[in-house]
Amino acid sequence: MSSQSAISQDSAPGLPNGSAAAAILSAGIGSFTLALLTIVADQSATVKSMLSIYKPTGALSGVTTFAMLAWIVVWAILDWRWRGRNPSLKRINVIAFALLALSLLATFPPLGDLL
Amino acid sequence: MEITTRSLWTLVHGMGFGALYLLACSGAIVLLFLRSATNEHSTPKGDRVLGIYLTVMAAVAWLTVLSGTYIIYPWYRAAPPAGAAHLTAFPRSLLLSNPATKQWHLIGMEWKEHVAWLVPIAVTMAAFIAIKYARDLKHSPPLRTALYGFVATSLFAAGVAGFFGAMLDKNAPVDGGQTIRLVQGE
Repeated sequence: MSSQSAISQDSAPGLPNGSAAAAILSAGIGSFTLALLTIVADQSATVKSMLSIYKPTGALSGVTTFAMLAWIVVWAILDWRWRGRNPSLKRINVIAFALLALSLLATFPPLGDLL
Repeated sequence: MEITTRSLWTLVHGMGFGALYLLACSGAIVLLFLRSATNEHSTPKGDRVLGIYLTVMAAVAWLTVLSGTYIIYPWYRAAPPAGAAHLTAFPRSLLLSNPATKQWHLIGMEWKEHVAWLVPIAVTMAAFIAIKYARDLKHSPPLRTALYGFVATSLFAAGVAGFFGAMLDKNAPVDGGQTIRLVQGE
């Protein structure tokens, strides 16, 4: 099957929106995990050292690697659970945007230091 | 006219991948707006173009953060030897050594290095939805809201990273390595 026909099949109108909901929510969760790990690494020397999985880059290597892993794993699990369903996208958007906004704020050092 | 390998990598990362992403992001927002405002762009061909466009953007976003984190950042944060008198080869230490510049690291670099990673997450998700739900986008406002929101947020995050990247390079450039002669002087 050509990739063109695969895209056409996948994008037939009326496709259950579960996979979209999984992608949107997992993006929010992945972003928030990144912000959370950033704060934890900043406040704990032990965690910072544990997250330094590639010495030249320091804790940033662990923060980003584990956040990306969390994002992909959550995406895969949610997609598997919701693929054929139609969860409320409005509600999913609200949660995902809230997590994204918190991530933007929490990665800003003056605010992250307050937490 | 010469350039060092480290400067060249900084250019590739910032002026190449980073600037290309910012330009592409503006284009994506216009493309998404045109698709919701008119029927003209909501054709099978237009759907494919949007999917390919966002996929290329995702690839550029990944190249930007990976080159920044694993090629340039180690040069930026390298620790100087004890008692080093000149810190120009150690940008992080150079910034921190001066009260007038230390906030560029403490706020600028600390924010940039993390917030930039939100970009590939957001745009990879957007590319996935644009491909898988190409025909549904027109009829699903929540799907379009998610695409708009995440692409716009990625533009903001990439803008923050780009702004601080430029200012950091202005105050303490990542330089060194082999010198490449671009044009022979007279």
